[in-house]
Amino acid sequence: MTDKSFTVLDLLDLDLKEHDDLDLHCLCGRKGLGRVISSPDINRPGLALTGFYENFAYQRIQLIGRGESAYIKLLSAEGRTFGMENIFSFPVPCFIFSNGETPTGLFVENANKADCPVLLTSLSSSELSARLLRVLSNIFAPKTTVHGVLVDVYGIGILLVGESGVGKSETALELIERGHRLVADDVVEIRCVSGNILMGSGANKVIGHHMEIRGLGIINIAHLFGVGAIRDKKQVQLVCALEEWDSEKLYDRIGTDEKTMDILGVNTPQLEIPVKPGRNIPIIIETAAMNERLKKMGYHSAKEFNQNILRWLESEAARTVYFGREYVL
Amino acid sequence: MTEKVSIIKNRAGIHARPAALIVQTAAKFKSKIFLQKGEDRINAKSIMGIITLGAGYESEIKIIADGEDETEAVETLDKLIQNRFEEE
Repeated sequence: MTDKSFTVLDLLDLDLKEHDDLDLHCLCGRKGLGRVISSPDINRPGLALTGFYENFAYQRIQLIGRGESAYIKLLSAEGRTFGMENIFSFPVPCFIFSNGETPTGLFVENANKADCPVLLTSLSSSELSARLLRVLSNIFAPKTTVHGVLVDVYGIGILLVGESGVGKSETALELIERGHRLVADDVVEIRCVSGNILMGSGANKVIGHHMEIRGLGIINIAHLFGVGAIRDKKQVQLVCALEEWDSEKLYDRIGTDEKTMDILGVNTPQLEIPVKPGRNIPIIIETAAMNERLKKMGYHSAKEFNQNILRWLESEAARTVYFGREYVL
Repeated sequence: MTEKVSIIKNRAGIHARPAALIVQTAAKFKSKIFLQKGEDRINAKSIMGIITLGAGYESEIKIIADGEDETEAVETLDKLIQNRFEEE
């Protein structure tokens, strides 16, 4: 959505389920559905309705709850149209009436005149603002697309990256075959939500969960392996960079120094995995995932191993001193 | 780095077959090649990526290449697009 701005129509078209469902319906002002929503914030236009426009956050979605709605009803009943007409002179993206409230005829008339969309929802104001904020902050979150494959291995979101032809898709296919899940192949869209969580998903729902395998062509993973083999989104927790084995290069042999990859300003642990014939990459990835889980649980294999060696060497040294003295006696 | 903007001329846009043609052509070059539509930039050697762009009829695609054979790569890909992927 970076190439085009987010409009009111996009908001209505969002396919949200369960606790994210906004239950929005458009009542009037359809001509204005192309209006751009430029901010994830919400405004309650109480003061603006009374005719006070200083610092009126007109660029935000305007949420009209029970109070504002009652005030509009009062204005309409008394025939005071001043505030209502003026508020539509601002380029407001849209008005949302919550609690199943409906606007008065006068309000609708003015909205239609100004081509300003008016949406209705049955949700309460507080619930709607919570959901809207959650949904919009995801939409306005910084995002990037990465050339790679995102798989969920033992609950760890692993992003496989590397040059084309290095075997990312083949590795992912083997992982799926072993019971892990595919999130996205080839084009992974990553959003940085709530500051430091990288959420990865497929860039396009239409072609999602398809893979291209050299020699086979395009295959549908959901149909071939069942819905158990796919998931829509997953947090990116580990990056595995596959690369052709370079005999000149030094690869990590111990695993105590940890490399990271900067994705949208978030440092994500990264492993460099050299690929050459005979190396079973999927098993290495599976093990990396389990090792990452162990690390998250507070156990670092490589560091613990080194600690044990240090302890052992120390005790050996102590014994030498002890035996040394006994020998003298 | 060489860049060139090319406009899709075949009616159907870049569907599976043209995407495969682009990938096969791009893979012949050593340079890193990207296609950009709007803000979305993808690797031209990835078939799913190219399809994801959703490049329909008359959409503008920027071909970007970086490497030893970049000029040739951009020219060849542009020619492929201008020839409507040998369609119609």
